Amino acid sequence: MQTDLSVQCVSKTFGDFTAVDNVSFEVPQGEFFSILGPSGCGKTTLLRMIAGFTAPSRGKILIREEDMAGVPPNRRPANLIFQHLALFPMMTVAQNIAFGLQRRREKRSDIQQKITRILERVDLPGFEDKAIDQLSGGQKQRVAIARCLVLEPAVLLLDEPLGALDLKLREQMKVELKKLQAQVGTTFVYITHDQSEALVMSDHVAVMNQGHFEQVDTPQNLYHQPQTSFVSRFVGDNNAWSGVVKRCEAETVDIETPSGQHFRTRATAPLTPGTAVDLFLRPEAMIIQPAADLPNLNRFEVIVKSLLFDGANSRLLANPLNDDTELLIALPQNRQFDHIRRDDRIEVAWDEQSGICFASSE
Amino acid sequence: MTMKRRFHITLPLICFLTPVLLWLVLLIVLPHVDLLRMSLRAEDDYGNAIWSFSNYMAFFQEPIYWLTFVRTAVYSIMVTVMTFIVAMPVAFYITKVVAPRFQGFLMMLLLMPFWVSELVRVYGWMILLRESGVINHFLTRMGILNQPIEMLYNDVTMVMGLVYTSMLFMAVPLVSVLESLDDSLIEAACDLGANMGTIFFRIVIPHAMPGIVSGSIVVFMLTLGNYLTPNMIGGKNALWFTEQIYNQFIASFNWNQGSAFGFLLLVLSSLVIWAGLKLTRQKLSRVVQ
Repeated sequence: MQTDLSVQCVSKTFGDFTAVDNVSFEVPQGEFFSILGPSGCGKTTLLRMIAGFTAPSRGKILIREEDMAGVPPNRRPANLIFQHLALFPMMTVAQNIAFGLQRRREKRSDIQQKITRILERVDLPGFEDKAIDQLSGGQKQRVAIARCLVLEPAVLLLDEPLGALDLKLREQMKVELKKLQAQVGTTFVYITHDQSEALVMSDHVAVMNQGHFEQVDTPQNLYHQPQTSFVSRFVGDNNAWSGVVKRCEAETVDIETPSGQHFRTRATAPLTPGTAVDLFLRPEAMIIQPAADLPNLNRFEVIVKSLLFDGANSRLLANPLNDDTELLIALPQNRQFDHIRRDDRIEVAWDEQSGICFASSE
Repeated sequence: MTMKRRFHITLPLICFLTPVLLWLVLLIVLPHVDLLRMSLRAEDDYGNAIWSFSNYMAFFQEPIYWLTFVRTAVYSIMVTVMTFIVAMPVAFYITKVVAPRFQGFLMMLLLMPFWVSELVRVYGWMILLRESGVINHFLTRMGILNQPIEMLYNDVTMVMGLVYTSMLFMAVPLVSVLESLDDSLIEAACDLGANMGTIFFRIVIPHAMPGIVSGSIVVFMLTLGNYLTPNMIGGKNALWFTEQIYNQFIASFNWNQGSAFGFLLLVLSSLVIWAGLKLTRQKLSRVVQ
């Protein structure tokens, strides 16, 4: 399969500060690729290098096998959707969309046709003559996408375009954007700090931290098989313990926490006894009041601190006995545990295979 | 809002409105009414004061008057255009190119000459440009000129002086309007394949239009009504219409004729500004904001 975008060992330094540190990745044609990271991790700098607004300090960027070094943004087959969309307020919807086509000196009748077609595609037929400030947030979003897609770029770059929308619209646009991408088949490179956006829409996600990629993987793998403690912390909710390795055999380790709890869990790499580790566990991996005969469980008792009701995403906030670590425990949806109240003492457990630990970085 | 807001006359309203109304009535409306009255008065053959259009007729019958008038208008438009051409890159540089911490400093540099009066600034130009001035001195020293030449008292110098004088009044509205231009609009245009020229004419200029028009109005009116600069470095061949008005009032002591000229200048500037607004499709209410 053709590779639409290939980033090879790209770095960007500003004085002493390294914004992007030796990043490499490839995006095959038609893929939805996300770069997920906290603000200030260098993802915007990386995107601007691909778009051509910033030159990399080292490394190469290839779009459709062509080296982009020295090619200005107006000559690159990549288009960028800006965070605040940057629609031209002095033009109508049609003029905005025609802007790029006119720059290519396409025929007037062709431009007309393409505008009509792309507006239908983004579900805004008949919006040609509307002014930009007449549009709602979601409509502006779609015009911005149409303005780029009409140019049929090899790669469409999106810089947190959903950030400015309210929650409800954001959820809706997430699904729409994924559907649209599947329809048009253009390669999308999407950057965001919102892990749910990245997980829902992407084929592959790169988790970025302090200028480098921590892990590039499918959303499923990022969630279930994180490779670093940063990925565990950043992608999805997690309960975290610190502890020390007591025993290690193959990929199973015994851990003792500072408060004297013992857990058995898996590790991504063999760990020598005495190593300080961070242990991560998903809230939904906790089993409340497990049957007594279930094997291979880490069992312990907790005191319920509060009930966090949030529909399908309801949880318990609890402390282990003689420990003030806060634990999130997902509540199953069958209302089986409706009797649990604040300050109740309950037994919880988790399977040895559902936790994961990493040597702690400190 | 479809409901019309009721207008109540309250004490605070009176307090705020009184100075404005006094200023409008005493300093603007009354003098102009008197000016209009005076411009329509003349003496008949017996020396009696009568109502007449003769002052206005004199303007059209005497070529020197209306030629000066047209000249003043054409040069003022020229000065406005040139001020824009000079001020636009300066404003763009200050707002979009230079690092933000230097912006204040550069604005200061732009403002500095305006701390001294126009008279002193014009004298400054005269020291530089006159026959025995600084520039002539250096040019003859370096052997570029055999003998000093007179650079003052011609139209080119006068236009340059007027542009210099009005520069700030164009630059300030341009800076403020360009500051409100989102950089990502420029980047987006570039990303969509536009070159520098297209970005300038399709994005920057349309966005800056209210600032351009308000700066142009100020510069045009100041230039049209300028007396000092044309008089001092324009010399005797470079007549400006304000000089005609001055001559009527002070030299000929013909206040009626002077009033008529004053009114004609007012009509002229209003007409040109109206045409300018129509041409650029701007609304006065938006421009003065």
